[in-house]
Amino acid sequence: MAKKTPAINSSSTADIAFLLLCYFLMTTTMGSQTGLSRRLPPMPDPNQKVEDQKVNRRNIILVKINSADRIFAGSDPIDISQLKEKIKIFVTNPTDSPNLPAKEPKEIEGIGTRNVTKAVISLQNDRGTTYDVYIAVQNELVKAINELRDEAAMKEFGKKFLALNEDQQKAIKEVMPPQISEAEPKDVGKSRR
Amino acid sequence: MSMFKKGEKKEMPAIASGSLSDIVFMLLFFFMVTTQMRETENKVVVRIPEASESVKLERKDLASYINIGAPIRRLQAQYGNEPRIQLNDSFKTVDDIRDFVAAERDSKSENDRAFMTVCIRADQDVRMGTITDVKQELRRCSALKIMYSARKGQ
Repeated sequence: MAKKTPAINSSSTADIAFLLLCYFLMTTTMGSQTGLSRRLPPMPDPNQKVEDQKVNRRNIILVKINSADRIFAGSDPIDISQLKEKIKIFVTNPTDSPNLPAKEPKEIEGIGTRNVTKAVISLQNDRGTTYDVYIAVQNELVKAINELRDEAAMKEFGKKFLALNEDQQKAIKEVMPPQISEAEPKDVGKSRR
Repeated sequence: MSMFKKGEKKEMPAIASGSLSDIVFMLLFFFMVTTQMRETENKVVVRIPEASESVKLERKDLASYINIGAPIRRLQAQYGNEPRIQLNDSFKTVDDIRDFVAAERDSKSENDRAFMTVCIRADQDVRMGTITDVKQELRRCSALKIMYSARKGQ
């Protein structure tokens, strides 16, 4: 005599699944990592003689942060809120001043010949600088370059830099090349007040 | 108007709840697949600084992390409260970075090694001296692609 097995009450499976769901909801970390990307310069070969890189003085701006977190651009102290403008003026050299970076005509694929600046931004820090300030300064420098690239992109293509396609972005990067170089750490004595 | 007649009670049909569990299971699987358990326990306190220009890390699987910060309170009796470097699961010194980078590089597939990014997750109060040492060591191991971890703020 076949006995019918009674149907298992399945209404609680939803509850069980909810429980598991809540667990995974709690433990999951969706937040992706964000940050400032940098490329370090390769270590100079010790056997190789250091060649004097003849970078014209007018082309370099040295951004320094000392151990008391004071910021210097060039030789004068500057507030972080003004740093971006200073960098932008330095890089673009709107008045073609002989003290600011030189420009050089360069053939760029897809756009034509443009005057490209030879500016170099060099960032130097002390061992006592706080990381927070260092990142804030890095951020300002990146922001200055991003804004300049946006402006260049607006002028050439009528779009923001990020809205351009890959080739156009590459062209704009050539128009507005400045890179931030992290200078070789200098052994600045701790005794420097 | 029969439409608005009151008093005429209609039986509401019961909503079929049989598929409810299926829907929930679907969500569950989604979260099970996307979730990733933290494999290392943080032994240092890292309060990540803020930067408005921070960009997303493109290849999360190619990143290795170096944590720098003061040890968490539980470990301060043992290790003091000077900033320390944490690699994987333990406190290390700058000299251990070389082995760490080599191990990390080995764990990535051959084609992707050039794109390996070292993510420096440092506390905002750490002094740059420690970080400069780390950076110099990374240059020596030619792990040149780095990223300063920062929150997208403002």
